[in-house]
Amino acid sequence: MIDIHVEKKQGDFRINATFASIETGITALFGSSGAGKTSIINMVAGLLRPDKGHITIDGCCLFDSDKGINVSPEKRRIGYIFQEGRLFPHLSVLSNLTYGMRLIPPSQRYVKLDQVVELLGIESLLCRRPAKLSGGEKQRVAIGRALLTSPTILLMDEPLASLDAARKAEVLPFITALTRNLLIPILYVTHDLEEIMTLADNVVLIESGCATVAGSPEEVINRIKLQFHKAKF
Amino acid sequence: MTVMEWEALRLSLWVSCCAMTGSLIPGILVAWILARFEFPGKSILDGLVHLPLVVPPVVIGYLLLLLFGQRGIIGAWLLKTLGVTVAFTWKGAAIAAAAMAFPLLVRAVRLSIEGVDQGIEDAARTLGAGPVRVFFTVTLPLITPGIITGLILSFARSLGEFGATITFVSNIQGQTQTLPLALYTLTQTPGGEAGAMRLCVISVAVAMSALIASEVMSKRFTAYIRG
Repeated sequence: MIDIHVEKKQGDFRINATFASIETGITALFGSSGAGKTSIINMVAGLLRPDKGHITIDGCCLFDSDKGINVSPEKRRIGYIFQEGRLFPHLSVLSNLTYGMRLIPPSQRYVKLDQVVELLGIESLLCRRPAKLSGGEKQRVAIGRALLTSPTILLMDEPLASLDAARKAEVLPFITALTRNLLIPILYVTHDLEEIMTLADNVVLIESGCATVAGSPEEVINRIKLQFHKAKF
Repeated sequence: MTVMEWEALRLSLWVSCCAMTGSLIPGILVAWILARFEFPGKSILDGLVHLPLVVPPVVIGYLLLLLFGQRGIIGAWLLKTLGVTVAFTWKGAAIAAAAMAFPLLVRAVRLSIEGVDQGIEDAARTLGAGPVRVFFTVTLPLITPGIITGLILSFARSLGEFGATITFVSNIQGQTQTLPLALYTLTQTPGGEAGAMRLCVISVAVAMSALIASEVMSKRFTAYIRG
């Protein structure tokens, strides 16, 4: 269960978003570039501090301005997959994968290294350095690295945006497999309608910093079309 | 080579090594503060660090004498609490060399810290690493080439230090007479030309090898880090 209300002023841009989702599976934050999607999930990750609001995940309060709670990012147990992968260039793929895992006590690990390596098909890459990987391979390693911290939620910030169509087709099945194999919620930022139709269980529409519509992909897309028609006539 | 020349070479290498090692941790700390934080008085700290680059070395030597002399604020304290005198000893020569070389170290390290993608550090935070762990496991390895360059630059600068040293600790053979000071003495002594030439060649050779070593090491390390 995700329950989020965040407010933040960044220069002239105001973010004021409220949304919740009950199901596990993928909740997509959908909107055009510059709508504030990345800022919102940075706030969930603790990399950006909201001015006001609360962030609760699975009954665990990560931020609450009224109670003065602000859990630091390293204590949030969040797996964050960035648009550009952000692998550690000085570490091998294996060391990248285990960087976060080694910081979690073994009793709290529910994702196993072998399991992730097999799921993402990265066995042959383990000894390589990130510089020697293709874009799709980097993104798979980044997914594995985040998963291995045994997070309570996964945040994905346009994980396919920096990939060409062929690489997208390579990574997409792994993300679908993830949702089937692991019962953790995923917050998925995208501006791509196609990704929403294939991946999302839930969609939250973000428009200029506000969460305007929420529902199933079909509902949200119909609403968008409706607005588009209204605007037209 | 004469005893005086050997002593000068040995002392110079020792003083430069001490200056380089001693300024390593403060240098990284100051570079990190200047690269990553905005605070009131930042330009004053920046200016103080760079002062030795822009004022005559004699001025730095004189300031050091005022501060570290037996009646200076720091000098008196050192003598009282630790029983250490730095003025007119090799320790003073090392302090003078460190002060003159400090801006070079800080500049090199600061540039490499500014070159580190903070997004990668953020990624490490979300993976469960606190700020200190992020610094030692991510930032520090990534800036190692810059630290090597900075260290060798400061070593080479220390080897060549003259003005601040002669003002602060004078020119005492076997105590504070480093290579440049010995070279200067020889040029002032009748019949010292051959010795001066030898020291001149040694100075160039040591400094050049240090710079080449730094270049090679920093390239290798960069290649290693980038995989």
